[in-house]
Amino acid sequence: AVVSTQSGHYGRGKDEGTTVSPKKHTMQPIVTGTSVLGIRTKEGVVIAADTLGSYGSLARFRDIQRLMKVNDSTIIGGFGDYADFQFLMKLLRQQTIDDEVVGDGVYRDAPAIHNWLRCVLYNRRTKFNPLWNTIVVAGKNYGGEPYLGYVDKIGVAFEEKTVATGFGSYIALPMMRKAMDENPDMGVEEAKAVLKRCLRVLFYRDCRSLNRFQIGVVSAGETSISEPMSADTDWSIGANPSGYE
Amino acid sequence: SDLSSGINAEWPLRPGVENSGSVIAVRGSDGVVFGVEKIITSQLYEQGNNRRVQSVDDHIGGAVAGMLSDARAIVARAREEATDYRDVYQVPIPLKMLCERLGHYVHLYTVYGGLRPFGVSILLGSWDELNGAKLMEIDPSGSARGYYGCAVGKGKQNAKTEIEKLDMTKLTCRELIKEVAKIIYSVHDEVKDKHFELELSWIGKDTGGKHQIVPKDLYDEAVKYAEEALNDSDDEDNVM
Repeated sequence: AVVSTQSGHYGRGKDEGTTVSPKKHTMQPIVTGTSVLGIRTKEGVVIAADTLGSYGSLARFRDIQRLMKVNDSTIIGGFGDYADFQFLMKLLRQQTIDDEVVGDGVYRDAPAIHNWLRCVLYNRRTKFNPLWNTIVVAGKNYGGEPYLGYVDKIGVAFEEKTVATGFGSYIALPMMRKAMDENPDMGVEEAKAVLKRCLRVLFYRDCRSLNRFQIGVVSAGETSISEPMSADTDWSIGANPSGYE
Repeated sequence: SDLSSGINAEWPLRPGVENSGSVIAVRGSDGVVFGVEKIITSQLYEQGNNRRVQSVDDHIGGAVAGMLSDARAIVARAREEATDYRDVYQVPIPLKMLCERLGHYVHLYTVYGGLRPFGVSILLGSWDELNGAKLMEIDPSGSARGYYGCAVGKGKQNAKTEIEKLDMTKLTCRELIKEVAKIIYSVHDEVKDKHFELELSWIGKDTGGKHQIVPKDLYDEAVKYAEEALNDSDDEDNVM
């Protein structure tokens, strides 16, 4: 039998029998969420994700929340396996409660949450048992400055003005970067418009997307996630494709 | 005292709970209000420190009377129970379930000779849309009882008398904050314990079911009401 460092006992008691378990090399995500997009402006951070939980190619759960308000300074968005994201949401919810009962009005800020996620995700990847997610952390630090971070299932973590996961990193990120380069002083409302444009293109091009999404904002004044909304689409060019006949 | 005689929870009541500053809690029509007479033994203490009202999870408030270090241990345990319940059932722990678990835990310390009972009484309250306001007390023997109005500590007898005069079920939290402040001020013994700090907290419809310290403006209003009531009663004594 192959002895591994993972838990699993064939004996009854903890020290009985051999400590053996099937070696986990491959995992697969089951119910998944697609792109999460984020833009950090001087006014605040805007984050967006659609409300779809795909079951492979089936658009199975069309009203799930992929954005979570952790506390007044942080909203996170989850890409990848939804069950793993729910697990992380549960742990984060408890952290917020733990901050609340101290009673001093101080809660973990976005960089702290980002770093905690990085620790957890990297640790799991090192044990060959990853949480199959890419998380976007949108928020502000204790000083009130906007913060936007990215962490993925292999523990890669960084901070950037614009982030996107999955398909979004191929299609939306170039659009977002161009918008930021042309208008570096854009505000929250302009950023929301950019994201809506990106989400429309993603709906055209990403087969695992849904035209129903939420936009979250963390700024000095508000930290909230919108009600689900849709983008106007124009499929008329689809009537006359050329070169695919 | 004889700790080997099993349930002997009288001992911790004497030095612990009964000599502690008064703690009262009242269950109104839309929530629960806690008031604590925090006796200040030294002017060197930082104001607002050593809080006697604590939150367990975010939807349950607790006020403690007795040995503060024992109180910390009980509140820590209550928080663990709440966390565990939430982990398993994905809903916040109902007050009744928390008090069952906590009562069980406190009782445990009364049946073994090697352990001493907790010298603490804890008043716990919650409010939600579905079940309304709930208030319970756990005493050092581990028994958990539900109340409409409850008082523990030094001025318990007088406080209970005052509480009984209130028609609690008809009063809202906003009104009760003032009444609770008034009762604490009236049972406070100016001669024996010179300085005290009034701690007020509430949980109810106005707080969206979250346990919070009463905001400054309402707190100041309540203290003013309490001080005026005290002056009025002093005047009455003089008239006689």
